[in-house]
Amino acid sequence: MSAELLDSLQAIFPEIMVLILIGLVLLFDALWTEEQRRNLGWLTFGGILLIMAASLAVVHPSQQGTLYWGRMVSLDWTGLLFKMLILFGAAITVLLGMDVENLGKKGEFYTLMLVSVIGMMLMASAYDLVMLFLAIETTSIPLYILAGFMHGDDKSTESGFKYLFFGALTSAIMLYGFSILFGIVGSTNLYDLSMAMQFKNMSPALLLGTFLLILVGFSFKISVVPLHFWAPDVYEGAPTPVAGYLSTASKAAGFAVLMRVVYTLYSQVGFNWALLISVIAVFSMTLGNFLALTQKNIKRLLAYSSIAHAGYILIGFVAVSQLGITSIVFYLGAYLLTNLAAFGAVTIFSRIVGSDEISAYAGLSRRAPVLAFAMLVSFLSLAGMPPLGGFVAKIWVFAAALKEGILWLVVIGVLNSIVGLYYYLRVLNVIYHHRSDTENQPLPISTPNAIALIVLSIGIVLVGVFFAPFFNWSVLAASGWF
Amino acid sequence: MQFPIISFIVFTPAAAAAIIFMLPGERKTEIRVTALAAAAFALILSLWLYFSYNIASGGYQFKEQYNWLPSMGISYFVGIDGLSAPLVLLTGIVMLTGVLISWKLDDRPREFFAFLFILATGVFGVFVSLDLFMLFFFYEIAVFPMYLLIGIWGSKETREYAAMKLTLYLFIGSVVSLVGALAMYFQADATLGKLTFNMLELEKAGFSVSFQQLWFPFVFMGFAVLGGIFPFHNWSPDGHVAAPTAVSMFHAGVLMKLGAFAALRVGVMLLPEGAKAHMWWIILLALVNVVYGAFIASVQKDFKYVIGFSSVSHMGLVMLGFATLNKDGMMGAGLQMFSHGVMTALFFAVVGMVYDQAHTREIPKLGGFAQKMPWAMVCFVIAGLVSMGMPGFSGFIAEFPIFMGAWQASSWIAIIAAVSIVVTASYIIRVIRNVFFGTMPAEMASHIHDISTLDKVALVSLSIFLVGIGIYPSLMVPMVESGVQNILRLLGGA
Repeated sequence: MSAELLDSLQAIFPEIMVLILIGLVLLFDALWTEEQRRNLGWLTFGGILLIMAASLAVVHPSQQGTLYWGRMVSLDWTGLLFKMLILFGAAITVLLGMDVENLGKKGEFYTLMLVSVIGMMLMASAYDLVMLFLAIETTSIPLYILAGFMHGDDKSTESGFKYLFFGALTSAIMLYGFSILFGIVGSTNLYDLSMAMQFKNMSPALLLGTFLLILVGFSFKISVVPLHFWAPDVYEGAPTPVAGYLSTASKAAGFAVLMRVVYTLYSQVGFNWALLISVIAVFSMTLGNFLALTQKNIKRLLAYSSIAHAGYILIGFVAVSQLGITSIVFYLGAYLLTNLAAFGAVTIFSRIVGSDEISAYAGLSRRAPVLAFAMLVSFLSLAGMPPLGGFVAKIWVFAAALKEGILWLVVIGVLNSIVGLYYYLRVLNVIYHHRSDTENQPLPISTPNAIALIVLSIGIVLVGVFFAPFFNWSVLAASGWF
Repeated sequence: MQFPIISFIVFTPAAAAAIIFMLPGERKTEIRVTALAAAAFALILSLWLYFSYNIASGGYQFKEQYNWLPSMGISYFVGIDGLSAPLVLLTGIVMLTGVLISWKLDDRPREFFAFLFILATGVFGVFVSLDLFMLFFFYEIAVFPMYLLIGIWGSKETREYAAMKLTLYLFIGSVVSLVGALAMYFQADATLGKLTFNMLELEKAGFSVSFQQLWFPFVFMGFAVLGGIFPFHNWSPDGHVAAPTAVSMFHAGVLMKLGAFAALRVGVMLLPEGAKAHMWWIILLALVNVVYGAFIASVQKDFKYVIGFSSVSHMGLVMLGFATLNKDGMMGAGLQMFSHGVMTALFFAVVGMVYDQAHTREIPKLGGFAQKMPWAMVCFVIAGLVSMGMPGFSGFIAEFPIFMGAWQASSWIAIIAAVSIVVTASYIIRVIRNVFFGTMPAEMASHIHDISTLDKVALVSLSIFLVGIGIYPSLMVPMVESGVQNILRLLGGA
């Protein structure tokens, strides 16, 4: 094989490997009996870990990034790091899903997860609007099915449908934006487009129009105001591990796309899109946090909290700087660990207890001290308390904006994090301070769930205390920009 | 390389917390012994640290610095000076006595000691940190465990409310300071040409006067919330009352010092021009603390609220001392932090012992405890005398310079503040008379007995420090003086 082909293969190496893994999963799904199929989870988990290790060994992006496959795919550090995040998120989700009834023993679950992983990874490295759209759809369609995976459960079905309707609608609007761009410039390549926008005299109104259309699609993906409303319903109905996956890996992929497209295309245009995004950030944080205050269902609470967190991340986004990108990547990493841990704990709890009501968590600290402690760690990390990942992540996001002099946004972010602390404490209050009649019943945790929870908890503390390597990787992701 | 004694002090409680967490919850004796051993070890190290500090050479000593995130100027950087050494010692004392007092605690001692020790690590960390990032890091670690400690083991009626109120107040305070700290961080990037959280470098950053005047109120007030400054003192008495005894001791004895100390270290020392510009209204607020706190304490019927508001009053003296920005005032404040810390820990310990047996804190319902628990009475009287500022006790050594400093700032401040001495004396004497003397209600007399030996050990060791400093001030005065010299240098010899 020629060196050039090898390089091209490097650009999509993780995707190829996941495709092979899908083949294996399908093969064993057919060979194994119903009881053995739970092992598909171990296969997928182990396979993803191997793929991560192999990718880090094989893939060597250059500092500035290189384009391959007809300039459709970019091989750069940003993409690679996001791919690692996505793979890690998927691996943990698989562990969490293994013991969920009607989910863990079905090959479809693992297959669909892996297909969506391919889509997300391509989202993270797509450099062409057509490629991007295909990647987004490859991600979304399996996720629609996964959200509605529980046939017998009305809420799950509703969740799947809602996700499908709004997903398809926003995709279509976004595609309309893409097509206008193609119509004006005659290319779908991001580089060509950015050159045209910079040097051809294009009508600002038209540019703003395309920006808004595209933003609709992206806002849906990262669930920020005004396209946030699907999240609580979908999270509540979807199988809990899938909800965790939607709120972390899928959101991370959305941010990767948002950064790439907006920074590449619109960094030089004449209108102030940063202000628009700031406004979105303010509304997401405020709305997310204030609506979370009154939630009684823990999955809905986490959904609103994830809307708020997307708002915090946007604070780093509007800084439009190296530190800003670094802070986004770092935040997404810390948030991925944290939110997966939170959803993981909810999965374990609801599998045994059968309820997602916050009040059902009373006495948990006596009933299952380890599970309660994992929830303590993840909720405090969401609230931004040291020595946990969420604290450092928030500091960088605020610092990035403050460095660019966007004080007002930081102040709103800080005020919001106080509101956030309140409702996270409300949950911990129930877990630690309330008593219940059931507090002496055991709450067994299965092996894969325990592994996931331990890995995540340790990860949250590691990112919070020994943050230097994680920060340096984030810097690496930011190095190709500006 | 020298023995990293400070790191050992900081991480001993954390390591102990980890070990305690791994012990099975029902092995309560082992858990308590581990906690006691760790606390004793930390106290011995802090004593050693305190007495090996070289006062003649002054400055920051026993410094240790390790890279944390060099590219952003974050390091693990610790060291002590004449102001922080007594506070480290104070934390060691309160930690050990807190463990002794909590020996009988039977509801999940594993979690209790683990959370208490995580808190202790945070407190030690703040007192010794010379890196601003690290300071915030440990500051939050010191604050949060309070939420669980009060919420789980506190007194039933108010604990959920008090725990939430306390945590939110302190979190708001710390994020306000944090924004100010980040502003300093980026401003120093402009003046120093590099990103650094190192406070010794930030001291030399040469912030412009207008910058300092703008940010000082945020940084100072954010921390001063934890110091209990008026009008943000409200969380504190509620927290004291709801908290279990050992936690009240930590809370009033150490945590409130944390706020005052951080306000001084970050606010006054890094933004001295801001401090000069804003000192008058801080004096005013502190004055309200001192007088208003004393009056409120004197009308309380709940034994614990009396002590809680007396803390508000005494912490006002600490902040009043700092705000005078002169040598006497600051020295007094430094000494008062230690003196009040030990004193109030002793107060709360005795309150806890009385409550444990009487099951009420209503002062009118109590009486005659001197016969049943003479040791507790003697120690409480000693603390009471300290609180009134009686010569021969550490309170006098601390409060007298504060009033001298206040007089130098303006005579009327000292005069108004002096009102509090009278009020304090009145409520302390009233409490002593009503609780310890008189006749014990008949229904109590049957089941109330003397305190345990461990309790006595705890009370006596606290008293020793109060009396020791009182009759031999050279144990601490020169040390604090050397710390104050450093601040005066930053203030430009004011």
